[in-house]
Amino acid sequence: MESTVLYRAGGSVDLKVNDYTTDDGLTVITVEGEIDVYTAPKLREKLIDLVNKGKFHLLVDMEKVEFLDSTGLGVLVGGLKRVRAHDGSLELVCTQERILKIFRITGLTKVFGIHDSIADAEEKRKGAK
Amino acid sequence: MAIVELSFSALPVHVRTARLIVTAVARRSGVDEALLDEVRLAVGEACSRAVEAHRRQCPDEPVRLELEGSGGRFEVTVSDAVPGDDVAGRAGRSAAAAQEVAAAGSPEDLDFALSDGSVDLGLAVISGLADDVDISATPKGVQIRMSWPAPAAR
Repeated sequence: MESTVLYRAGGSVDLKVNDYTTDDGLTVITVEGEIDVYTAPKLREKLIDLVNKGKFHLLVDMEKVEFLDSTGLGVLVGGLKRVRAHDGSLELVCTQERILKIFRITGLTKVFGIHDSIADAEEKRKGAK
Repeated sequence: MAIVELSFSALPVHVRTARLIVTAVARRSGVDEALLDEVRLAVGEACSRAVEAHRRQCPDEPVRLELEGSGGRFEVTVSDAVPGDDVAGRAGRSAAAAQEVAAAGSPEDLDFALSDGSVDLGLAVISGLADDVDISATPKGVQIRMSWPAPAAR
């Protein structure tokens, strides 16, 4: 498991990004903290790094995301474009209403597959195979 | 009279600080707890937009915020020092444009629209979240004024 932790003045952790790949070839990226104009580049770097390593099926678990703004949305759209170029996928796990609302306002619920849990996403993936 | 005024260097790291302060003042002004997330997000978007504009045009100029509570409203004005290019018009179009491009479901088109500025997700979020929004572009810069109900603000 790889981890990217961003520390700010005062030592508090604002964004943690971890990832692991299942036997099925699905790379789960768990994001914890606040995704904004300051921290989003860390998530962008992680997505680019994974694609460069040949990981083209990504699932971003957003259940521990406390804040998401349009910069974060832009990073996810950029990530999706990258994996699609390799016939891959980038889907999300999110049940938090306040985060889902941002996807609805911008119409991005139509762009991303959004699941209730990692297990749910894995199940649908197996079903689609 | 503004109850709180804030100016900060145009650095992304300070946007979070601005969000925290605005949320605290909004709560104190009596903005409903259920609306605080919207205040936090909309103000964060306006600050991010201003920071990005300053970094391109005038990195040494600070971004300014005025928070005011009166007449049962909590009002936030975010001002930058970069003359706007029809930012108000773009805000009006962005929500619809984002929905339109997203509905087509192509991340390539959406990514392109984001990079060429025809879709501005930040402005789309502001338009969608603030109870009342007024965006004005003057030769001095862009002002985004947003307000929400605040029963305690008299």
